[in-house]
Amino acid sequence: MTEAPKPVAASAARPDQWPLWEVFVRSRQGLEHKHCGSVHATDAAMALRMARDVYTRRQEGVSLWVVPSTAITASVDEDADPFFDPAADKIYRHPTFYVLPDDVGHM
Amino acid sequence: MYTQAIDLMGSTPGQRAGADATAGDAGREEAFDARVAADRKIEPQDWMPEAYRRTLVRQISQHAHSEVVGMLPEGNWITRAPSLRRKAILLAKVQDEGGHGLYLYAAAETLNASRDDMIGALLSGKAKYSSIFNYPTPTWADVGCIGWLVDGAAIMNQVPLCRCSYGPYARAMIRICKEESFHQRQGFESMLALCNGTPEQKRMAQEAFERWWWPVLMMFGPSDAESVHSAQTMKWGIKRLSNDELRQRFVDATVPQAQLLGLTIPDPDLKWNEATGHWDYGTIEWSEFWRVVNGDGPCNRERAAMRQRAHDNGQWVRDAANAHAAKQAVRAQGVAA
Repeated sequence: MTEAPKPVAASAARPDQWPLWEVFVRSRQGLEHKHCGSVHATDAAMALRMARDVYTRRQEGVSLWVVPSTAITASVDEDADPFFDPAADKIYRHPTFYVLPDDVGHM
Repeated sequence: MYTQAIDLMGSTPGQRAGADATAGDAGREEAFDARVAADRKIEPQDWMPEAYRRTLVRQISQHAHSEVVGMLPEGNWITRAPSLRRKAILLAKVQDEGGHGLYLYAAAETLNASRDDMIGALLSGKAKYSSIFNYPTPTWADVGCIGWLVDGAAIMNQVPLCRCSYGPYARAMIRICKEESFHQRQGFESMLALCNGTPEQKRMAQEAFERWWWPVLMMFGPSDAESVHSAQTMKWGIKRLSNDELRQRFVDATVPQAQLLGLTIPDPDLKWNEATGHWDYGTIEWSEFWRVVNGDGPCNRERAAMRQRAHDNGQWVRDAANAHAAKQAVRAQGVAA
C-alpha cells in the first residue's frame, strides 16, 4: 500500500516496448481535434495507421494527430485547486455579472 | 488511452514521493475513499491503494485478454460464412474485438502495467480470460449465439462498468459498449434468419442455443454467496451490481428474445415468478464452470496454441517495423549531421 502509480515515461521505463503515442481525432471538418486514446508504434507513420484502424473504424474522423506521449506536459491533478484558483473569484469576467436595464435589449 | 507516459510539471517520481510522504498513507487513503464515495473518478496520476491498483490491473487485463481470445471462436468462421454479407459483418465484428482488446490494454497501462508483460502472461497461460471462449463453435448457428448471447451477456456486465470509479477503464467501457450493440443485434438477426429458415436450419439454431445457454449464464461468475472479492470491489466502485443481479437481468431480458425466435430454453425449472416479477431459473452446474476456468474446458489448449501461433506469425511484422524504425532513425541522424 505504499506505491502510488508513478508518472514515468513508458518508453524510458521499458526501452524494449514500442513508444506510446497519444491520438487526437477531428470528427468533422471545422471542429477541433480531440484526444481519444493512445497506440504503441515504432514511428509516427505507423502510429497514424494504427490510430486509423483502432479509433476510426466507424468514420469517427476526418483527420488524425499522433503525438509522442512523452512530449505532453500535464498539470498535476492534486494541485488543481490552487493552480486554477486565481480564476475562481473573478466573476466580473462573465457577461452575466453586469446588470443592464431591460431597455438595452439584447447585448 | 489516457496515458501514464505524460510529463507532470516539476514532478519526477522521486519528488512526488517526497511530497506525498507528508500526507501519510492514512490521510491519502481517507481522501481516496471520500473521492470514490462521492462518485468522483480516480485518474492515473492520483494516489490509490496498491490493492485497488492490483485489482484493476488484473480485471482490466483479463478483460483485454478475453476480447483478444474472443476473436478465435468466431474468426474460425470468417472463411466459411454463408454469404458475403455475413462474412463482411463477421470480419467487422472480429476487428472490433481486437480494437476492444487494445482500448483495454491501454487502460491497464495507465496503471503502470506493461503491454508486453500482459501479453506474455496470456501466451504463457498464466493470465486468465473469460472461460466462455473455451467452448467450441461447431456450426454457423454457434456464431449467431455468440453475438446474441455472449455479447448480450457482456453488455449486461459492461454497461455498469461505464460508471466504474477508475476513469480510463470507465471511458474505455463507454466506447466498447457503443460498439458492442451492433455485435448483439447482428447475432440475433443471424439467429432469426436460421429460425425462419428450413427445418434443418431451425434445428441447428436450437442445438447451438442449447450448447450456449448454461455457459453464458456462468459468464456472470459465481453466485454472490461464493464471490469472495465482490464486497471490496463494490466498495471501491469498480463493480456496481452483483453477479446474481446481473445474471437475473440477463435471463429476464433474454427469455422473451428466445421465445420470439421460437427456441426452447434448455431449463425445465425456468418459470415466470409473478411475485418477484422475474424469471426463476434452474441450478447452475458450477463444477463445470470451475473445470473450464481451471484449464480443462473443451478448447482451453486449442485457444492457447492458436493465440501463440498468431503471435508467432506476426513476429516478422514486428521485426520489420523495428528494422524500419532503426533505419529511419539512422537516416535522420545523417541528415542532422
